[in-house]
Amino acid sequence: MKKTGAEIVLECLVREGVEVIFGYPGGAIMPVHDAMLRYPIHHVLTRHEQGAAFAADGYARASGKVGVAIATSGPGATNLVTGIATAMLDSSPIVCFTGQVPAHLLGGDAFQETDVTGITLPITKHNYLVTRAEDLAQVIQEAFFIARSGRPGPVLIDICKNAQLDEVEFEYPEDISLPGYRPPSHADPAHLEEAVKLIAEAKRPVILAGHGVQMSGATAQLREFSEKTQTPVGMTLLGLGSLPASHPFSLGMMGMHGNAYCNQAIQNSDLLLAFGMRFDDRVTANLRTYAPRARKIHIEIDPSEVHKNVKVDVALIGDLKTILNDIAPLLDPGDHEEWLEQISEWREESEARDILSWPSEEKLHSAHVVQDFWQHTGGDAIVTTGVGQHQMWAAQYYNFDQPYRLITSGGAGTMGFGLPSAIGAWFAHPDKEIWTIDGDGSFQMSLPELATAVQEGANVKILILNNNFLGMVRQWQEFFFDKRYAATPLTGPDFMKLAEAYGVPAKRVSERKDVAAAIEFARNTPGPVVIEYLVEEEDSVYPMVAAGADLDDMIRRPITKQKTAPAD
Amino acid sequence: MQNTLIAKVENKPGVLNRVASLFRRRNFNIESLNVGRTENPDVSRMTIVMEGPDVDARKVEANLYKLVNVLDVQDVTNQPAVIRDLALIKVKSTPEHRAEIANLANIFRAKIVDVAPDSVIVEIAGTEDKIEGLIELLLPMDIVEMVRTGQVAMLRGEAPGIRHTPGANGNNQPKHYKK
Repeated sequence: MKKTGAEIVLECLVREGVEVIFGYPGGAIMPVHDAMLRYPIHHVLTRHEQGAAFAADGYARASGKVGVAIATSGPGATNLVTGIATAMLDSSPIVCFTGQVPAHLLGGDAFQETDVTGITLPITKHNYLVTRAEDLAQVIQEAFFIARSGRPGPVLIDICKNAQLDEVEFEYPEDISLPGYRPPSHADPAHLEEAVKLIAEAKRPVILAGHGVQMSGATAQLREFSEKTQTPVGMTLLGLGSLPASHPFSLGMMGMHGNAYCNQAIQNSDLLLAFGMRFDDRVTANLRTYAPRARKIHIEIDPSEVHKNVKVDVALIGDLKTILNDIAPLLDPGDHEEWLEQISEWREESEARDILSWPSEEKLHSAHVVQDFWQHTGGDAIVTTGVGQHQMWAAQYYNFDQPYRLITSGGAGTMGFGLPSAIGAWFAHPDKEIWTIDGDGSFQMSLPELATAVQEGANVKILILNNNFLGMVRQWQEFFFDKRYAATPLTGPDFMKLAEAYGVPAKRVSERKDVAAAIEFARNTPGPVVIEYLVEEEDSVYPMVAAGADLDDMIRRPITKQKTAPAD
Repeated sequence: MQNTLIAKVENKPGVLNRVASLFRRRNFNIESLNVGRTENPDVSRMTIVMEGPDVDARKVEANLYKLVNVLDVQDVTNQPAVIRDLALIKVKSTPEHRAEIANLANIFRAKIVDVAPDSVIVEIAGTEDKIEGLIELLLPMDIVEMVRTGQVAMLRGEAPGIRHTPGANGNNQPKHYKK
């Protein structure tokens, strides 16, 4: 049957099971938006293309499916770039469509022409420039396959306007031919045996669970491995939820703002089992002194990640779930009572000096807000965040017991990710409780998406921890720049009036006794709600490993009630 | 140490750009990169020579596999392989010097492929060493310009080459990474 290129795009999307697209129209992509009216696909109009990419990412992470964003050529496409880079660094499967000038004008600097495939080449898993309608079906099918398989990632398809308008014979390709793309699945059996030997010899093992655990659907396998071998599990930021926070073997988060006892366990370990993580500098700190007595086993689907930052003794290349299933019958039950005992001593010391044991005072502590929020949502909300202090507090004090409950920009550290990714997550799970914990700085970066949430009736709740600072940079300034607060104080806006302007119910809270009531108010009010917590302005995230310091050389929260070093 | 890799890639627009972008993005230092057609019109072949430790070559290999259009990567370093480079060298030459240049060219099995009133072009194909040797001798005669293709490599006989990246693209010859 003859179809236009634009119709072919939608035919393919329907066949890929796409129900919702996040985007923004414009000249070079108009035929696709026009054809969309005739297909059962809902288009969410974000207020900025960056929000569309973030929303697609949030949708992808919450649903486990591929998220789709669409934008026009030139500035529309370049506005997607930050969202694409964010998805790339967190291995999130999204497919982005961009319009492009007609093929015969390519390279001529026509209106709104930008070399989008060139710009996005290093921040996509793969990208395509389509100049002919005939090529669309195959390209789209490949793009979705590439985005979701192997180590997932963003794929961009730049479609010339003529390819959207031309009518050609539409035939959905039977299968995909990508001779150069064959993601590994099983690891080499010989390497499996070596790994088993190291595991049997270990006295002080620690599992490092990364994003790969959730992406390959290996949470059950991880738990089984951990329990059988009696191995405690530290998690990366994106790995939180791989093992329930309440599990006795959970060490919580590792790294720069990880639990002190988790970092101590890693540094004193004699065997690290890295599961679907990539030894990012935020989790290793100083590489020269990282886990110096530990042998290392790395299970990883991307061979280029092996030996990249940390030299390992055994590399198992393939799909984590497949490999953990393969290795399970080879494992002997472990017994590491002494080691677990040692870790619980560290843990007790950590917990004793944690801010959670502090009484509530005049000013609200963000940690207390997040803790109360966790209790009142039963730990079951999907929580997205922006980037900064609030993100770390969310990671530290919302005890994630299930996978994909935390949706956050880890690798790229992209501010403004919170609200749009929450909107995306809501489209994936309209039945679930969706919250974004945001900072006053991060929230303002994606503030216009409040209108998107209202227009779509998205049931997302916005929890703003307002400290009138770009808090994380302020914290670094306090620690490393003698408290010279350059470009970090923020004033305004009045979030209550702002919410009112958008027609969003809002509450402001400044005392701990009111924290819970505001959460309940939000939960009982349908649609988006803004809750602003006025929190201690110069609070810091502890512990902290300074950039380049050793992983167990942590700046700890002062044990006295002084929140930070006294002012001069 | 010099490492030589052969990459077979899909013959599609933009693939060279992807490979070059990868080298830049990952900060790999490439000595030479040669791209050409093969016996299969759908496949191009790259010969990549890089200076540096083996571990860097392993990284290049693993990263090349991340490109969807890369079909196969082999390491031919220290393997039984024919490795050739081609150079065109334009040398200043008055008529009385021509014989001397021709003589040198002869010894190196090079050819004089162009003669102008005050210069000649010498063409030489061979190993790096051989070409470097001729260049050294021609230097005193004033080289006006020179171009080299970069190395191309082919394994001898049935030699399979080494694929270090286990599991990549389904290749099942996992070998240990050299430490």
